[in-house]
Amino acid sequence: MPAAEGLDAEAASEAVASCFHCGAAVIESRRWRSPVLGALREFCCAGCEAVARTIVAGGFEKYYETRSASGPQPQALAPAAIYDDPAAQQQFARQLDGHRRAATLILDRIRCAACLWLNEQWLRKLPGLVRVDINYATHRAQVEWDERQTRLSRILEAVRAIGYDAYPFDPQRQADLERAARRAALWRLFVAGFGAMQVMMYAVPAYLDGGALPPESAQILRWASLVLTLPVIIFSCGPFFGAAWRELRLGRLGLDTPISLGILAGFAASVWATVTGSGEVYFDSISMLVFLLLGARYAELLARGRATRGLDRLSRWMPSFAQRLAGERAEQVAAHALHPGDRVIVAPGERVPADGVVERGHSSADESLLTGESLPVAKAPGAPLTGGSVNLEQPLVMRVTRAGGETTAASIGRLVERAAAARPAIVAGADRIAHWLTYVVVGVALAALAWSQDPWIAVAVLVVTCPCALALAAPIALTAAATRLLERGVALTRSGALETLTRATDIVLDKTGTLTSGRMALARTELRGALDEGQCVALARALEASSRHPMARAFGPGAQAGPVTELTHFPGHGIEARVAGRRVRIGRAAFCAALSGPAPAEERDDPRSCAYLADESGWLARFVIEDPLRADAARLVDDLHAAGLRVHLVSGDEPRLVAALAGALGIERFTGAATPQDKFAYVEELQAEGRVVAMLGDGLNDAPVLARADVSMAMGGGAEVAQLQSDLVLLGERLDSVGDVLAQAKRAMRVIRQNFAWAIGYNVLALPLAALGWVGPWEAAVGMAASSFIVVLNALRIAAPGTRSAAWKPASTSSFPSRSRSYS
Amino acid sequence: MEASLYLLIPVSVALVFLMGWVFWRALHGGQFDDLERPGYSILDEDEKRPPETGSDPNRGKGE
Repeated sequence: MPAAEGLDAEAASEAVASCFHCGAAVIESRRWRSPVLGALREFCCAGCEAVARTIVAGGFEKYYETRSASGPQPQALAPAAIYDDPAAQQQFARQLDGHRRAATLILDRIRCAACLWLNEQWLRKLPGLVRVDINYATHRAQVEWDERQTRLSRILEAVRAIGYDAYPFDPQRQADLERAARRAALWRLFVAGFGAMQVMMYAVPAYLDGGALPPESAQILRWASLVLTLPVIIFSCGPFFGAAWRELRLGRLGLDTPISLGILAGFAASVWATVTGSGEVYFDSISMLVFLLLGARYAELLARGRATRGLDRLSRWMPSFAQRLAGERAEQVAAHALHPGDRVIVAPGERVPADGVVERGHSSADESLLTGESLPVAKAPGAPLTGGSVNLEQPLVMRVTRAGGETTAASIGRLVERAAAARPAIVAGADRIAHWLTYVVVGVALAALAWSQDPWIAVAVLVVTCPCALALAAPIALTAAATRLLERGVALTRSGALETLTRATDIVLDKTGTLTSGRMALARTELRGALDEGQCVALARALEASSRHPMARAFGPGAQAGPVTELTHFPGHGIEARVAGRRVRIGRAAFCAALSGPAPAEERDDPRSCAYLADESGWLARFVIEDPLRADAARLVDDLHAAGLRVHLVSGDEPRLVAALAGALGIERFTGAATPQDKFAYVEELQAEGRVVAMLGDGLNDAPVLARADVSMAMGGGAEVAQLQSDLVLLGERLDSVGDVLAQAKRAMRVIRQNFAWAIGYNVLALPLAALGWVGPWEAAVGMAASSFIVVLNALRIAAPGTRSAAWKPASTSSFPSRSRSYS
Repeated sequence: MEASLYLLIPVSVALVFLMGWVFWRALHGGQFDDLERPGYSILDEDEKRPPETGSDPNRGKGE
């Protein structure tokens, strides 16, 4: 189909295409392409292309018409070799017989089941890997390998090679618990479901036939219903009874109390009726009620599982070792075993294991995770080092001043805990209603009993007013909303967040890593000498190739100029080397001037945003380097203003940069150079004024304030602690999904309000009818089922396909055709 | 008709319990732990798979 092919290629060249397999932006267009469904499709990475080719070759193209979600793109990762250390492996790997070892890996960057399938196929071909077994529900892989043939790092690297990530994790704790919980929930649901179905069938003859059923037959049916309802009470009702007991003991009546009361009253009365052969039985209503409630809870459990799975990496096993100096020899010790006064070597690229002071060496450290400062900070003897920052250039010897729980990173952690504990508890609306409902129902039941002297009326009141619809109203709607959001790449980790979001009046934004990509990029090259731009950039790449400095990454991958020799780092100044025989320097203006002589004109040197290139004959170029704004940042701010929110920008970065950015985006309220404590105080101050504060951030330094804000969102690529503390995680790192979230929250709250109105209306109507004795088992069963189904159907409107196109704005990049490519 | 009820109703009750038992076995045998993988086995190559891989029928019993 040449026409379609031409069209596709054209579209790809103009705007940033999205990967046909995983939906991510295609950064290098025309690199990975393969025909699918009659047209040449663009892919973002080799992994996606391989999967697409395999699927097409196998004749399963239909998959692309029926699939539910789109897969991942590769990124730079820490070396896997640290996981080969035998001491480290003791903590997560098991030694099997002979030379076989086994470990559990978490697979990351998985988008859909096709990704898992690709990983499985790929790993099976790996030599030395004895067994691989991937669970598609939990994204975990059990691997067994032969130590003589391969190493764990090779397995991890194989996974990375196709664009995914894998890391070992300690399987014993969480996985077993989760599996047991899932199985128990499914078992409860199944017992209640089968019990309800069968008991309803036994109930039908009695309902249809009126009095015509012979009493003996009716009695058999009642006994059969009793026998089948008993397991429902024993196996399935545990969660309700347990919660009701807790509510009673704490004196805080919620939903579970009236539910348990209805179940128990209905069951006890029905058992009595069956044994004595008189009265009415409610077995069908009870088992159906339990089934509906458990169904909703199970749906919630699955939705939460899907949403938090992306955050699984939080439980990964992290190597935290330190090289402690004992005399002149270095020994490896666990980071928490360090004491103040210890001397430690920190190699380039390693994380600083504790707070301390530099004793020997010159280097620079990346502290962006802790302070939000986007540029590395130079470190010379005497300079303080903060645990958790990354040493970038040269080895450093440091003296530990604070270790373990005393470090800055640990105190940020405590700030997080405190904030999380102080978080205003969002009391579910349903529980507030249920609280007084319980009193009303019990009061009415007692009054009806006293007035009519008929215990059956009291039982009917308790069963009929059992707040089934009320209990379903919010969870089903929130589950539907969470599922919809996940389709857009937003994981909702606390369901109360949507409600708070609709009440939010202010939103606080972080700069580095949130509004900007957090990665340095070359903005422009100003030529100073005879070489052209391509040659200058190639020289810069050659010089910076070995550097871990964030600025070095600005030059990106690509052609490098000739062989590099005599490379020397001058921390805080720059790099010098001989490239293809020519002595070249890159770095600060003064550093370059020392090699090439004074600059021809006055140079405005700014270490934060530019670097110079020079050789012995003269100046070559000035590179302007920036942490670029995300393509959709402007749209985000517009969306937020349109939603009527006051927008604040609070950043740890330099005030001048923050002010410039705020001006460009039209944000009126901004603060720079803010420490984690400052941010925390800023939000507290707003809250003291009665504002409801939402926060969007990403770094470890944002974690406390994310926890303090009324509702918080974190970028999926950000620090893990930040994600753990936030209510919503933008997995796709797309800022325009924030607009989606706001719209979705409004819709969900509207549906929940409708549901509450309906459920309360039903109860208000049913209560007097039951108290007057007009409601029997038949009416109770129909009323309860109808009210519950209306609530569920209303909630499902949120996820209905008809509404999808209306609210959904495709990730169109047409409004930023030229800019977005470099940012994604 | 009356008499058959005395037989059929207990049989139906017994059947439900039987189903419950079968489901219990399946649940604790790990059959419901991963509902997505089997859908993808259609994409697997048809060659004989080594016994250690995911299709091992004994898998899950010891878990």
